Amino acid sequence: MSTANGGGIKPGDYFTMGNFACVEGAILAGCRFYAGYPITPSSEIFERASVRFPQVGGNAIEMEDEVGSMAALVGASFAGAKVMTATSGPGFSLMMENIGLAYMMEAPLVLINVQRAGPSTGIPTLVGQGDMMQAKWGSHGDVEMIAYSPNSVQEFFDFTIQAFNAAEKFRTPVFVMADQVVGMMWEKLHVPPAEEIEVAQRLVMDPAVALDREHPLFDYARDFIPMPIAGMGARVNVDSLTHDSRGYPTTDHNWSEKMTRHLAGKIKDHTREIWRWEESFLDDAEVAVVSYGSAARSSLAAVKSARTKGIRAGLLRLQTPWPFPDEVVEKLSRRVSGIVVAEVNAGQMVHPVRENSRCPVVGANWAPGSLIEPRVIVDAMQAVVVS
Amino acid sequence: MTWPEAQQGGPEVKVQHHLNDDVIRSERLPNIWCPGCGIGIVVGAYVRAIQKSSIPRNRQISISGIGCTGRVSGYLNLDSYHTTHGRAIAFATGMAVARPELEVTVIAGDGDIGVIGGNHLIHAARRNVDMNVIMVNNFNYGMTGGQHGGTTPLGARTHTSPYGNVEMPFNVPYLVAAAGASFVARWTAMHVRQVTAAFNRMMEVKGFAFMEVLSPCPPTFGEFNGYPDPLDMMKYFKDNSVVDNNADLSQIAVSARPEDKVVVGNFVDRKRPSYQELLSDLRTRVSAQGAGKK
Repeated sequence: MSTANGGGIKPGDYFTMGNFACVEGAILAGCRFYAGYPITPSSEIFERASVRFPQVGGNAIEMEDEVGSMAALVGASFAGAKVMTATSGPGFSLMMENIGLAYMMEAPLVLINVQRAGPSTGIPTLVGQGDMMQAKWGSHGDVEMIAYSPNSVQEFFDFTIQAFNAAEKFRTPVFVMADQVVGMMWEKLHVPPAEEIEVAQRLVMDPAVALDREHPLFDYARDFIPMPIAGMGARVNVDSLTHDSRGYPTTDHNWSEKMTRHLAGKIKDHTREIWRWEESFLDDAEVAVVSYGSAARSSLAAVKSARTKGIRAGLLRLQTPWPFPDEVVEKLSRRVSGIVVAEVNAGQMVHPVRENSRCPVVGANWAPGSLIEPRVIVDAMQAVVVS
Repeated sequence: MTWPEAQQGGPEVKVQHHLNDDVIRSERLPNIWCPGCGIGIVVGAYVRAIQKSSIPRNRQISISGIGCTGRVSGYLNLDSYHTTHGRAIAFATGMAVARPELEVTVIAGDGDIGVIGGNHLIHAARRNVDMNVIMVNNFNYGMTGGQHGGTTPLGARTHTSPYGNVEMPFNVPYLVAAAGASFVARWTAMHVRQVTAAFNRMMEVKGFAFMEVLSPCPPTFGEFNGYPDPLDMMKYFKDNSVVDNNADLSQIAVSARPEDKVVVGNFVDRKRPSYQELLSDLRTRVSAQGAGKK
């Protein structure tokens, strides 16, 4: 770990927009390459990056579509840059192909998804949380993903930095699953002094070792494999096909086993250091609300409202929906008599919550298009307490 | 570097080294290509161009998509990337912009570059991204067993055009020149020296440098379209090729019919600012204004 440097926003307090805060966090985290395609409600991120990246010696380029922008990120990542893009549902769908490539090639990158309402084109200008399952399962062929979910301008800034650190450490694509409310909200942002911001640096392969052809370049017994960077002289083959310890394509079952377990294992074996969550009013709670992102703001209001009605309610806010914090939810489910999962979709994160709970779990769901109203969550709490 | 032991019943190994060993990952041989395929000839030309070039070997980057030609990068002893189908140029754009000092070359097939990746091709040419693209055109999807694609000539038979192809094919050099590339060429697997020389020129060109190389594909396209023997299409290229560097590009579509000519040459070689140069100018202008100001 080192600390943030050069050209970033000055420390202090600001009144700003979530989408702007995200860009400033990225620059402090060392990001100098952005490849994007405009899409509502994430466009301010691209616009801000287009102003700010050239000021700090970086590039913010526009590609012909989201397929291309995600592919460009993987290429730039192997050129040694810290890289990012931002999108929303339709673009997220198009990026899935090369998110899988980044996962397979172990390319660190950060993708910001400012989620909007509904399937297909939906309602571009309004909020939704309908991409939560897509984040985990959208790319084909068994992948593990890391995703952060901010609920404020401050967290959008903080989690963008953390997403870069996780991407670099785990050598994998990392998502920040924001939403339209968090992206377009104006709030106070506190920017700490650069020396207080931890910034992870990439583990890079030693070219001298790489040129020894008997040496396994990719040691799957290791959690984190040093990354070969283009032009350093390592001359490594980096492949989208299932590959062996030299990076060469293989159809051998044993290599398939080793490689796929390595890719998943480097995340699955470190879930406890990735997980982040926040508890409110849970000490004496009989019913818990589990929520994330902007819906967690409604959920906190609902918890306070329920307490005025005599329901001992509490809130578990998932800051890292993926990898799913199963132990945290399982422990909680032993302490309460019921769980309500509040989200702006037809019921997505309710599924892993239910899978890991020992008590009744119900969803408080709200059609995408506006923030979920606290009364809907209170009603669900009352129902689960009665049952 | 030693060659692998001869396989049981295979040919006796008589040489221990090959002239191309420094650029080829010999330990990966034999390659996957069919007998009579033209891709190996293009790889040979690629290797010799790299050997001739004064650009340090460590800066040479080879990027491929998916398909028969997509396998080329994996056999080259360079930093090599075997990416997703159609996305090699977009991947290469990211790398070439992030590190302009790298000599980035994309080598892939016609389906990969010109069809599923067609959008990335024309936009990289439009931006004039400083990179090299070698598109090996075998007129069909070979890896999947021989289906028609965007370069399959009208009337040609493949497994998905069993009654004759009813689609008009792309004339790719014309397309890429119109999109704005600095350099556009077409040669065939018969023109080994010209392919090598053109690739050496492409490495010098600032901007998007594109070369189509027509290749035989005996077991699929050749089998159904009158060129079943490996030498049939090579003979066609030899007898029917016409070198015309000043050709009217709108008139150089390839029919693959025995009676038609194949126009080849280095058609376009012009000075236009590259994308990387323009981006570099932009950063210079912005930093002159002073960081922090919009």
